[in-house]
Amino acid sequence: MGSVEENSSGRGARQDGRGGAREGGRVGGRKKRPIIRVRNVHKIYKMGTEVVRALDGVTLDIQRNEFVAVMGSSGSGKSTLMNLLGCLDRASKGVYELNGKRTDKMGAGELARIRNEEIGFVFQSFELLPRETALKNVQLALLYSRQRFWGSRGAARRALQHVGLGDRVGHRPNQMSGGQRQRVAIARALVNRPSILLADEPTGNLDSTTGAEIMGLFHELHEDGQTIVMVTHEEDIAGHADRIVRLCDGKVETDYPRDEDPIHIDYIKRSVDMARERAAAHVEHDDAVEAEEAAR
Amino acid sequence: MIVRLLTQTVFFALGQMWANKVRALLTTLGIVIGVFAITATIAAAGGLKGFVLDEFSKFGATKVFIWGNRPDELRDKLSWTDVKIKTREARDLREHSQYLTRLSMVASHRVTVRYQDRVKSGVSVTGIEPDWHEIEQRLVQDGRQFTETDDSEQLQVCLINEMAIEELRLDGGGIGKKIFLNNRRFVVVGVVETKEMSAMFGGGEARSEIFVPFSTMYKLRDWLWTSVVASMESPEVAEEAKAEIRFILRKARQLPADWPDTFDMFQMTQAVDNFNSMAGVMGMAAAVLVSISLLVGGVGIMNIMLVSVSERTREIGLRKALGARPAVILVQFLVEAVILCLAGGVIGLVVGQALMVLAQGSGGKLMENAEIPMWAIVLSFGFSGGVGVFFGMWPAVKAARLDPIEALRHE
Ligand SMILES: Nc1ncnc2c1ncn2[C@@H]1O[C@H](COP(=O)(O)OP(=O)(O)OP(=O)(O)O)[C@@H](O)[C@H]1O
Ligand SMILES: [Mg+2]
Repeated sequence: MGSVEENSSGRGARQDGRGGAREGGRVGGRKKRPIIRVRNVHKIYKMGTEVVRALDGVTLDIQRNEFVAVMGSSGSGKSTLMNLLGCLDRASKGVYELNGKRTDKMGAGELARIRNEEIGFVFQSFELLPRETALKNVQLALLYSRQRFWGSRGAARRALQHVGLGDRVGHRPNQMSGGQRQRVAIARALVNRPSILLADEPTGNLDSTTGAEIMGLFHELHEDGQTIVMVTHEEDIAGHADRIVRLCDGKVETDYPRDEDPIHIDYIKRSVDMARERAAAHVEHDDAVEAEEAAR
Repeated sequence: MIVRLLTQTVFFALGQMWANKVRALLTTLGIVIGVFAITATIAAAGGLKGFVLDEFSKFGATKVFIWGNRPDELRDKLSWTDVKIKTREARDLREHSQYLTRLSMVASHRVTVRYQDRVKSGVSVTGIEPDWHEIEQRLVQDGRQFTETDDSEQLQVCLINEMAIEELRLDGGGIGKKIFLNNRRFVVVGVVETKEMSAMFGGGEARSEIFVPFSTMYKLRDWLWTSVVASMESPEVAEEAKAEIRFILRKARQLPADWPDTFDMFQMTQAVDNFNSMAGVMGMAAAVLVSISLLVGGVGIMNIMLVSVSERTREIGLRKALGARPAVILVQFLVEAVILCLAGGVIGLVVGQALMVLAQGSGGKLMENAEIPMWAIVLSFGFSGGVGVFFGMWPAVKAARLDPIEALRHE
């Protein structure tokens, strides 16, 4: 956790996200190399005469073992950015370096290998194969890897144990709850020990309690050293991350450590106030009841 | 790694098929029929061929007929009597040919036979030489063959067959009995086997037959049409034998170089060749039919694979997101198509085999020799696999080319 704090303090000097073009923090005089390095990336969709700038000059660094939440209104380009980070898509313009390797020059086969080895993707709608068991679903990611033949079952089983599904190995998706399905998906994303975990609205299809459970799992993973980038709409889910990047119209609007993000601080304050008010109302109500009783 | 990927893919494909049993079955119907057609054709052709070749060999595959012939351009130079095969020419053939192992002159006509009070007219009498029995595979079952003396002395002896014994009611097997052929007295010296002939060669019901030494016959009726029947060393030397016979006969007849042959011949091997080329044509026709049914089957496979690709677009997107290279996706769908086709092939083979067992059980002589040879099994598997690859290619390429994001956003 120490390094994360150093990171945040290092970035604390920045006033807003657009300053992100500058290099990240220095630790002990050694320049830290970001795991994700995005420079002035554009993604442009041409639909007939209309041009949609889904990403319009995004610059972003993400360090090892950071836990980043990407927020923004619908259509602001969050998913587009995630697809790009996950090497599912290519930028129209700009540079994306993953682990120091430029991905814009890579061929389809090489990108597929990067996706397999470096990236774990978690989707909003889980994307499990309905007819296969949890174990088989997790093994699917190992199928395309260069790992050894024999370890595959064991590795998949361990990944499932890791996300707390050690006893659901033989269950099929329709025999599991939404939260369990998402855990299977997370196990699948992690089984190849990727350097980053990308999650596009991982709690979008879950109720708030289950969502909080998934966030608990993310916390554990983060503490074990996993780098996580997730997209979310919900402030309280974003509150689990250490850093919040807000997009607007394909640009980075703000980029703060969680505790310095004005919107988030505001949100916390408002929820605390609301809780207090509610508690106070409760006390008043109780007082009134007591008074009433005393009056009798 | 590749082995594991392939086995996993195969199992996954089998799982897919199992999940869509009815659909898979209906889809493979075309292939089933195609493969069934292949095996049925091959088996039937094999059966027919076996049957015909059997008949030929019964008839004698090494047999050669030689007879005189007057080409049209020589009609005012020669008479039919001139071109008749002479005893001297037959002797030349016998002495000089190295490919002909046996040879017999033959001449036949019909006579009225009388034994005591029983008369039968229109009975076939054939003049033969001793080799005739081996050539025609009709040995003397009782009594004796004609001897040198019979021939040189032109004795009035004869051989008969069982039908003749029956019709003339010769008691005691007939040997030693005296019968009258056109009022000449002949002594029966032996009984010749009656050979079962198939309908194909004008066999059928047995007739009364009488044989006499060729020279005896010739002495009595020198105007009879004579020809030669011979047998070659083996069917393989048919061409050489033919050339040799031409050489010997042309030499014997001192034919000028610019004259055509004044004789003709027929070898059973020619009939086999004719049959083989006919079978070839039939085979081609069958092959066309088979290809059409495989084509139809293949189009069915392609159709269902396209459906499968669009149904499983999300799955494809997921696999790509998990790091499946386009080539891997391509192989996956190809394997699925091939497995569908092979499954169809297996069903087709099983159906074909079952029907054939039924046919052998009930279907007469023609199908006795029918069987599905190993190479046909391999061939039909090869074909159905090939159809799978060929018609599965386009859907597989389509799947491999899918954009992962588009695919994941599908529906
Ligand atoms: N394939 C595409 N073709 C054309 N336009 C696209 C395509 N994909 C995305 N866009 C456009 O790009 C913009 C950003 O889309 P994106 O999916 O990244 O938004 P988002 O921030 O993830 O929104 P949401 O919160 O609703 O998921 C949108 O205006 C969208 O219409
Ligand atoms: Mg989105």
